[in-house]
Amino acid sequence: MTDEPLLRVSALSKFYGSRVGCDNVSFDLWPGEVLAVVGESGSGKTTLLNCLSTRLLPSSGTASYRMRDGQFRELYRMSEAERRFLMRTDWGFVHQNPADGLRMTVSAGANVGERLMAVGDRHYGKIRATAVDWLSRVEIEQDRIDDEPRAFSGGMRQRLQIARNLVTGPRLVFMDEPTGGLDVSVQARLLDLLRGLVTDLGLAAVVVTHDLAVARLLSQRMMVMKDGRVVESGLTDRVLDDPRAPYTQLLVSSILQV
Amino acid sequence: MPTPLVVSDVAKSFTMHLRDGIKLPVVAGVSFSIKAGECTVLGGPSGAGKSSILKMLYGNYAVDEGQIIVNHEGGLIDLAHASPRTVLSIRRQTIGYVSQFLRTVPRVSALDVVAEPLVERGEDREAARGKARALLAQLNLPEKLWALPPATFSGGEQQRVNIARGFITEHPILLLDEPTASLDAKNRDVVIELIAAKKTAHVALLGIFHDHDVREAVADRIIDVTAFAPGKLAA
Repeated sequence: MTDEPLLRVSALSKFYGSRVGCDNVSFDLWPGEVLAVVGESGSGKTTLLNCLSTRLLPSSGTASYRMRDGQFRELYRMSEAERRFLMRTDWGFVHQNPADGLRMTVSAGANVGERLMAVGDRHYGKIRATAVDWLSRVEIEQDRIDDEPRAFSGGMRQRLQIARNLVTGPRLVFMDEPTGGLDVSVQARLLDLLRGLVTDLGLAAVVVTHDLAVARLLSQRMMVMKDGRVVESGLTDRVLDDPRAPYTQLLVSSILQV
Repeated sequence: MPTPLVVSDVAKSFTMHLRDGIKLPVVAGVSFSIKAGECTVLGGPSGAGKSSILKMLYGNYAVDEGQIIVNHEGGLIDLAHASPRTVLSIRRQTIGYVSQFLRTVPRVSALDVVAEPLVERGEDREAARGKARALLAQLNLPEKLWALPPATFSGGEQQRVNIARGFITEHPILLLDEPTASLDAKNRDVVIELIAAKKTAHVALLGIFHDHDVREAVADRIIDVTAFAPGKLAA
């Protein structure tokens, strides 16, 4: 394990006019670490995720990322082209709605293969073989490779989106409510799959979720956000077993028991 | 060899913000140490704070005051003030924990639940599964259950998976929170054997055992937790 973080975030803020998106957020993320960002709608967690993934530019603050050559680069000082390259190769972004992360009118195989071509793969047979391999890793039957995601169920679409993101061997993956809108049984399968992949590949991930059970299952560390600010952070089981901030106590006490 | 774990002047209270911020003191002035090759038992009635102490030592509960000095990877670290990343490293390498209840993960087999802590420590998955099989067999868990996720197991079966998961590694410190609570006599005896083997291997054990026979069989020393009642300190 390296002694340097993969991502360093310092005093990140995003304002929409006078409205606060996220305010003064700082943290480090190490390789292999999964950080859950929890909070209710409007707490700023998605704004934070979009700033981290450079889909949005923050109003102030810095984020630096350790590139594969070991050098830290300031994300918001990179050119648009460099950021796009990072997004296509070293990073993944799993959207809540798979339609936002997939091309719905090209085949499942092409959805996965497209990311490989973006990193320079040109050999059709190799691309197809890798696509088949990844579809099986996310438990999609081989005979569905030529089908369009439009013909897939919600859970399958989400698994396809995950395959599309992980095929290039990214080191950092952003996930926005990856299990939102899925049936619980489908959710369990997806969580188990994500958990296994993250462990096997040693990925670092930032997972935004409002579901504390998802945070418990996937993450080692957690940040709780309210009104754009981080009100509590720490080890996931410490935050959930011994919540200190009033808002975290409210969140934890609001979980329905089954 | 340095003392594996020293607790000094630890205090813990809960502030209930949803109940007008009332403060519930749990323990204060907690000071003790545990030795390698010994099983130290936390004694006292329910509600005295025994589980809370174990949870602080594992980093599950935050510590208000005091220090928890752990001998971790050749250095001394104060777990009470350690970063989450350090606590994770201590859990991976130094402190193991058998909780009262198994937290099940959907779709992961009992065998892999048990093997996981070894895999996290870098052991080969198949070798880890081999050790997991041996432990599950020793704990008399029927072989037909090994490939199934433990969510639907009985309380005693889940507890045995949990024990196997806790005992499979070679952590120098092992915390036990009522590991025998829902076991029959035969399996209680297996746990007593497992604890004896850990002592021989110079592991420092700290446990809570409500079962009198088990406590008699394993305890080298009993710490009376009522001595750490918060009122006593103020008096």
